[in-house]
Amino acid sequence: MSDNQTPAPALLNPRSARSGKNNYELYSWLFMRISGIILVFLVLGHLFIMNILDGGVQRINFGFVAGRWASPFWQVWDLLQLWLAMLHGGNGLRTIINDYAENDRTRSFLKYLLLVTVVFIVLLGTLVIFTFDPNIS
Amino acid sequence: MAPIPATLYRGREGMWSWVAHRITGVAVFFFLFVHVLDTALVRVSPEDYNAVIESYKTPIVNFLEVGLTGAVLYHALNGIRLILVDFWSKGPKYHRVMLWVISVIWIVIMIPGFYFMTKHTFEQMFGGN
Repeated sequence: MSDNQTPAPALLNPRSARSGKNNYELYSWLFMRISGIILVFLVLGHLFIMNILDGGVQRINFGFVAGRWASPFWQVWDLLQLWLAMLHGGNGLRTIINDYAENDRTRSFLKYLLLVTVVFIVLLGTLVIFTFDPNIS
Repeated sequence: MAPIPATLYRGREGMWSWVAHRITGVAVFFFLFVHVLDTALVRVSPEDYNAVIESYKTPIVNFLEVGLTGAVLYHALNGIRLILVDFWSKGPKYHRVMLWVISVIWIVIMIPGFYFMTKHTFEQMFGGN
């Protein structure tokens, strides 16, 4: 460490009790690990099925989606994948914004934009899975 | 006395795996955003959905999809490595070894992955059958 840097108090005594009011960051850290393990199976499974199995992406069209979402198994798979991936990715981006956006107003704005985006995409995706109509025309 | 290195971390495996984890994570997040929007077209009409999905079948998007798969696979493998560093008592000691292990696993999966994902594209481009 160079001489002109003073470490943050928490670094000088890393095992000391936290002074904060809540454990939000601890739960956030734990969520990343738990959702991450589940997503490894969901997302790699999704990529394998969609891009490699049985003709890969070339066989995908509206009829293919209709066939899959006729089954509650794939509906639940996709719903869980959507929610976990968006929350995992949103939380990851929150960390990145906190790290690099040093201006208070910029940081608040970016996190607000991120929140709106995550809520919008999660709700849109959920709505699409639950209201899918194979006979739409 | 030998000079003390400025840092044990900066510019080493730990830092570069972290940088790659961030970059792949952001890339996958932005793809996911677009992918939910394109899939939402199934609520508009079969024709609109099919039209957009056709673009996934073109050679350029197919190769981008291989890149996305590589990014997801790295993020997944390195994520498992991170969990082991955090929770396995010997994780911090073997974090560098584990990076080489996941790199080998990545290559072993990506070679057949690339082959099977792009098989149709190559046949199309060079008129296989």
